[in-house]
Amino acid sequence: MNVLLPDTLPQALELLSQNGDAVPMAGGTDLMVHWHVRPEAHQHTFVDLSRLEALKPLSWTADMLVLGGLTTYWDVIRDERTREEFPLLVDAARQVGAIQIQARGTWAGNIVNASPAADGVPVLMAYDAIVVLESRRGREQVPLDRFYSGYKQMRRRPDELIVAIHVPRRRYSYQVFEKVGSRRAQAIAKVGLAVTRSDAGWRVVAASVAPTIRRCPTVERLLETGAAVASPSDLLPAIAQDVAPIDDIRSTAHYRTRVMARLLYHDLRDFWGK
Amino acid sequence: MTTLTVAFTLNGKPVSLDVAPADRLLDTLRYQLGLTGTKEGCGEGECGACTVYLDGLPVDSCLVPTFQMTGRRVETIESLDARSLAAFERCGATQCGACTPGVVMTAWWIREHPDLLGSHTVRELMAGNLCRCTGYDGIIDAVTEAVGGEGRENRKR
Ligand SMILES: Cc1cc2nc3c(=O)[nH]c(=O)nc-3n(C[C@H](O)[C@H](O)[C@H](O)COP(=O)(O)OP(=O)(O)OC[C@H]3O[C@@H](n4cnc5c(N)ncnc54)[C@H](O)[C@@H]3O)c2cc1C
Ligand code: FES
Ligand code: FES
Repeated sequence: MNVLLPDTLPQALELLSQNGDAVPMAGGTDLMVHWHVRPEAHQHTFVDLSRLEALKPLSWTADMLVLGGLTTYWDVIRDERTREEFPLLVDAARQVGAIQIQARGTWAGNIVNASPAADGVPVLMAYDAIVVLESRRGREQVPLDRFYSGYKQMRRRPDELIVAIHVPRRRYSYQVFEKVGSRRAQAIAKVGLAVTRSDAGWRVVAASVAPTIRRCPTVERLLETGAAVASPSDLLPAIAQDVAPIDDIRSTAHYRTRVMARLLYHDLRDFWGK
Repeated sequence: MTTLTVAFTLNGKPVSLDVAPADRLLDTLRYQLGLTGTKEGCGEGECGACTVYLDGLPVDSCLVPTFQMTGRRVETIESLDARSLAAFERCGATQCGACTPGVVMTAWWIREHPDLLGSHTVRELMAGNLCRCTGYDGIIDAVTEAVGGEGRENRKR
């Protein structure tokens, strides 16, 4: 195992460009799990991000909330303004593990870890977040809903870091985050759902029901067009278009589909057919 | 394997030591510094037995690489006043004791930051500390008592 300890972002980007298979380390809450019994996990060169102070703060501009590349869940939970303007970020953050994880885990780490069951990604996607990537070759911005191409496949080259996440400020007339797990804390989602409505339209984002977290365009269209929906089962054809749940250790495809239909039906009962 | 030199503040005092790149903060504390109050339960961030403060926030030391500690502030259960345990004894909040150092670390942090209770319940803040013995009510009572509330009130939840 080899560790590189850059003090600044340019140093970190230089090290990543020189070490093609180096792994960035942020809060370590994904990378360090079962660390002591997985010696094979040590067989990398790690680039430690923890000294890159410039990536830590969360900030506001006139038209967006900017999460840094190292902003943690706890940073967001403690930010009064985020609680007011982007309450789903706080709802989701409070459901990630527990305080010990929230204090260390970062939003960027959640995006790059790319778990289909992540909690940070769906709420960011429902707010149309944009991922800002930087490498020595320059910067690029990728909308989060176009970031993933398959299970753990994403539009990030190995020499790129997420240096910021932009969340456009809008007036939301409806927003909800749902996480169904085995217990309330320290549990991974069997089904996750983030729904928002703004001038930009409806966003329906589902987690744990496909190889990646993704928007549900067919369900969104039902909401936009005011299609009549009289029961949860009326939603099943649209859900089947949008997601592809599987049976795994946490749940079954059948359960996931039914729960997603019921959550959508009941949460949005004031909007179906309107 | 190469070693790295890491210098940080531990329980208020500066320390500097050579560690292996793969060392977890938990290993450094227990095996290199002899601070065995911090326990290992799961090694995967679930149980909270290894809770320490990093720059004032509770974290699981089994998930913290020691190489990140340069310039940081770490506090362990050894830094707490033994009186922090009084409410735990009174409320039956400790039995086998395996979880207790971690539980006390989180509990003491809540006690030091009572403003958190404006937005969070004690139960939510303690959710990262698993206990297989007490059934939690004793723990919730002890923490609630320590922050100056009425312990038994919480039993309704
Ligand atoms: C007990 C426990 C409970 C958990 N519960 C939940 C939960 O309820 N919901 C949930 O969503 N997650 C959960 N997690 C997973 C984890 O906490 C999150 O995914 C977290 O956001 C990861 O962030 P990190 O900074 O710790 O990432 P790290 O472990 O440091 O890194 C994760 C990945 O991201 C990469 N990376 C990190 N930062 C960057 C960057 N800036 N640019 C490019 N790549 C980067 C790393 O190379 C690595 O591939 C849990 C983990 C544990 C241990
Ligand atoms: S040993 Fe660290 S959380 Fe269980
Ligand atoms: S007292 Fe035994 S695990 Fe908590």
